[in-house]
Amino acid sequence: MHVPVLKQGGYLIASVQSVLSDADLLQLRDDLAERVGQFRSRGVIIDVTVLDVIDSFATRTLRAVAHMLKLRGAETVIVGIQPDVAFAMVQLGLTLEGVGTALDLEEGLAYLNRLSKKNVKHGK
Amino acid sequence: MENDGTHVAINSNADIVEARQKGRALAIELGFDGSDLTLIAAAISEIARNIVDHAKTGEIMLNAAAQGSKRGICIIAADQGPGIKDVTKAMQYGYSTRKGLGVGLPGAKWLMDEFDIDTKVGVGTTVTMKKWLH
Repeated sequence: MHVPVLKQGGYLIASVQSVLSDADLLQLRDDLAERVGQFRSRGVIIDVTVLDVIDSFATRTLRAVAHMLKLRGAETVIVGIQPDVAFAMVQLGLTLEGVGTALDLEEGLAYLNRLSKKNVKHGK
Repeated sequence: MENDGTHVAINSNADIVEARQKGRALAIELGFDGSDLTLIAAAISEIARNIVDHAKTGEIMLNAAAQGSKRGICIIAADQGPGIKDVTKAMQYGYSTRKGLGVGLPGAKWLMDEFDIDTKVGVGTTVTMKKWLH
């Protein structure tokens, strides 16, 4: 199922609405890479609250998305990983190393705001 | 109880989603709850993906399992793919013959209580895994 991407100020919010197939995940990756350029976004929030499983492929793809967007000048934060999903990821040894995570949408926005403030301070 | 099994044909990555959803539904029916449901779904996801990546097509069979006083779920993933040359290596965490994370098979083993792999080069691979109700 297609993931809607909303523009919110300087950020993009991708809100996953249902379970995702591998193809959906790759589509999301390509959509975000394009939109970040289109809207000149500095930050992207991917809300995965509804996902009941984040397996090795999803982890690898989310990591790739975050690294790709970073190369395009945007920070990514994954929000809404459910406790059971987190537990299964730990059991599988899956990590989102180098990728920002936050509890929910609100915390995700706060995370991006903190990052952009830091970058302003350092004259970036 | 042994007959309420489900069978999912795996032909593309979209079928991985169907397999794990059906697996989750059966697990609920059998009395699993909470994080066990997620662990079972994640294990199905990994072995189903293994079929798509290595054998292209195959099938997943989901059944109730019983052994003595233990009750649980039995998941069988079967394909007629190329088979696995070196099972010991394939079961090593982080080992992948393609661009994966090398998490699939060893990961699924960790998530389940029992895990058995039967493979023959040129014939195919069958993974049987079980999780018991606590």
